[in-house]
Amino acid sequence: MTPVLSVRGLKVSIRTDEGMAEILDDVGLELERGRILGVVGESGCGKSTLIRAIMGILPRGATVDRGEVWFEGENLLAFSEAELNDQVRSSRIGFIPQDPLLALNPVFKVGSQMLEVMRWHAPDAKDPGGKRGGERRKAHVARLVSLLRRMQVPDPETALERYPHQFSGGQRQRLLIAAALACAPGLVIADEPTTALDVTTQHQILLLLRELVAEFGISLLFVTHDFGVVAELCDDLCVIYAGQTVEKGAVQAILEAPSHPYTRALLACHPDRATTFLGIPGSVPSPLARPAGCLFAPRCADVRPLCRTVRPPQALAGSGAEVRCVQFA
Amino acid sequence: MIHILRKLSRDLPAMLGLGIVLFVLVIAILGPLLAPYPEDAAASHLARRLRPPSAAYPFGTDNLGRDIFSRVILGARGALSIALTVVSTAMLIGVPLGLIAGYRGGWVSEGIMRVTDVVLAIPQLVLALALAQLMSPSLESAMLALSLTYWPFFTRIVYAETRRLSASLFVDALRGIGAGISRIVFLHILPNALSPVIVRATIGLGFTILVAAVLGFLGMGATPPTPDWGLAIAESRTYLPRAWWYATFPGLAILITVMGFNLLGDGLRDIVDPRIRRSR
Amino acid sequence: MTADPILMLRDVSVRLGGRKGFLQRTIPPVQAVKQVSLDLRGGEILSLVGESGCGKTTLGRTILGLQRESAGDILLEGSTVSGLAPEAARLARSIVQYAHQDAGAALDPWWSIGRTLEEGLKIHGVGNASERRDRVAAMLQAVGLDATSARRYPHEFSGGQLRRLALARILLLQPRVLILDEPTSGLDMSVQATVLNLLLELRERFALTYLFISHDLSVVERLSDRVAIMYLGRIVEMGPAKDVFARPTHPYTRTLLAAAPRLSGRRASGSSLVRGDPPNPALVLPGCAFFDRCPLAEAACQEAAPRLESVAAGHEVACYRAFIEQTASRSVLRHA
Repeated sequence: MTPVLSVRGLKVSIRTDEGMAEILDDVGLELERGRILGVVGESGCGKSTLIRAIMGILPRGATVDRGEVWFEGENLLAFSEAELNDQVRSSRIGFIPQDPLLALNPVFKVGSQMLEVMRWHAPDAKDPGGKRGGERRKAHVARLVSLLRRMQVPDPETALERYPHQFSGGQRQRLLIAAALACAPGLVIADEPTTALDVTTQHQILLLLRELVAEFGISLLFVTHDFGVVAELCDDLCVIYAGQTVEKGAVQAILEAPSHPYTRALLACHPDRATTFLGIPGSVPSPLARPAGCLFAPRCADVRPLCRTVRPPQALAGSGAEVRCVQFA
Repeated sequence: MIHILRKLSRDLPAMLGLGIVLFVLVIAILGPLLAPYPEDAAASHLARRLRPPSAAYPFGTDNLGRDIFSRVILGARGALSIALTVVSTAMLIGVPLGLIAGYRGGWVSEGIMRVTDVVLAIPQLVLALALAQLMSPSLESAMLALSLTYWPFFTRIVYAETRRLSASLFVDALRGIGAGISRIVFLHILPNALSPVIVRATIGLGFTILVAAVLGFLGMGATPPTPDWGLAIAESRTYLPRAWWYATFPGLAILITVMGFNLLGDGLRDIVDPRIRRSR
Repeated sequence: MTADPILMLRDVSVRLGGRKGFLQRTIPPVQAVKQVSLDLRGGEILSLVGESGCGKTTLGRTILGLQRESAGDILLEGSTVSGLAPEAARLARSIVQYAHQDAGAALDPWWSIGRTLEEGLKIHGVGNASERRDRVAAMLQAVGLDATSARRYPHEFSGGQLRRLALARILLLQPRVLILDEPTSGLDMSVQATVLNLLLELRERFALTYLFISHDLSVVERLSDRVAIMYLGRIVEMGPAKDVFARPTHPYTRTLLAAAPRLSGRRASGSSLVRGDPPNPALVLPGCAFFDRCPLAEAACQEAAPRLESVAAGHEVACYRAFIEQTASRSVLRHA
């Protein structure tokens, strides 16, 4: 079955004061329909840039040097800005940002902001022979209210009349999830939506997301730095290190038998597996000066001379995961 | 400091502005040495009045036969000295008031800011004219008027910055390690608050030159025979459009100088703001 | 470890905010901390755990002295230091220092690191210029940084390094008690380990006592000697870390532990352990603050706020139901 979203060989660099920074170098992932894919990496690995490249909202000075982003059979990188706005964003790809406070305009009521999105991107928005404006708006409001009720936002009707600052962090995030789903997209991208939330709220939101994916039949791309969240929520997993995909596969398989030395080291640090405080020696190579050979070689416990000179290819590990390491080639 | 200059060097308009400002500064300092006819600051040579631009007189001569090129060069000194005096006086008054008003709230703060509001409402030129009447028109009356009306801009900026910084985490940390008020305000808040002040001051220098030129034009500033740019334009009115060079070159001098300060100020503003945003 | 606690809190309450009506709308104050009593023993690590709005940061700042308590007593090394305005409180409690959550923002961006670190010494009149420089260099090395860091500026350092710099600054003042506000938040796992191991090392080296404020249970469990769980301004459970994590008694503690995402994977969906969202601290409710979200709540819980009572050696809980419900469903416990 063709994946809903398929990223291949993505390379993105950005011009900085100190030179060209290679933020992403050969990133690939596949999201199957109706499944949840977790994109995991530490800070600076490029996961935010990956999301922005998919959505077409890279910052100024950033260029896609190579690669393709296939969404439902079309290469998103070939779309113009207007086409992306018109045909893709909100209507076919929904987005849940990390910080709900920053994503909402503080001077407008929540309802009017969400209705505006629906006005442009809802399935019936471009239906000329359909309902008239007022009726369409009523339909949109009804849909929003039912979504908010499903999100367990208290008092959905009046909630639409309130301002963002009148909600708690967890409630705001629920509003944004509702907004992402409002136009019935097939794919939803979530950029660390629970990082800023309390652990009990996070737990509720993760449960909610799992239910929504099953109920609405959407595919979810979930970016996080927390392996625990991935274990609870995701079906598949993609680990990113220094702008490269280092391991991809089913979550259970990788958690039980991680193949790439970085994945293994990272999981070994996790409190569920380490009784003391363990770290990974060394630090991530700067995007301005990536080493030749394997990017993890300077910190790898299994390093061999070959690793420092040759960029390892993707290979299949015993667990079924795709690994970027010479041990499996 | 160095990384600021490096960033500035990438901003072409800002570098242009810096170049102009430095150029004008050099001319102001070396004025009499550069001017081909330095005595034309005061002397008159009626035999060569109103000559068009030529090799001997690149900008032509004015109605008293004085070399306009020399007078434009000599005028730079006056323009810059007014600008520097006015802006530094305004800063000396405005910055401390802003610090006081911003750090402690309460009646003192309210009082200072309300006075600031009132003074801001006074139009610079009108006050200058009034003072000129009281004190008899002169460069001094112009400078006084401009200083008295410009300090509120600095107070406002410093007040806003001080309030923001007083609530910032590093000031909290300083209180935690036992730092007293004067240390916090003068050694920490003030340097941090200065960035927008410097931007404002740079643009203010240009603005002041312009206003001083207007006052000179109106006869409320420099008096003849001072080689003042605004005064020169005023004097040239009767001889236009025939002696076009008389107004054009002093006018260009004002234009380029003010533009230089504005470009530099804009460039400074661009590097100051994003830098602060990024390092927070 | 000394016999008497180095820090003692007795029924400390803190009221925040509130604006009086004259030309502005009256906003009632918020009771951020309610009748907290605890002892901090010399050399131990006591963690304050809770979610947003529980009052742990306010309590930390109150112990430091920058926030004035509205009621209760604070004793430091036996002497009463409560009832003082912020500046006087900081003078009286100079053996207590505070490390902010956002380490980078706690440093003046215009000052070099060396100057910032020396400043504390200068304020307290310690040594002359060259002595101060030597101490700064020694402390930089003690926290694992190069002595050349003194010439650089905050924006040149990473998150983990900034935390170490913040520690260096306060350690130069030779404190005995450090209040650490979320020292690992925002740090990657690998960097967290470095900071935490450093904290343990520094405790040995400088004979320190830590009050560790965090919401990260996994870190708290491995780091702390004792832990206090806070909810809406009160301590709801307190005791040795091993005990509290192995036998969480208060329903909120159990909820917290169960909500943390586990590598072991998915739980049965649909069973949310707690209802609703974290509370609004401005709401004043009679009875137990956890009532509206507690899965074990009963009518009796609404009448009066429960007090901390001992349920095992050194282990206290503030819950009426805790003593009746001894066997919680073990499946939600951590080590199942």
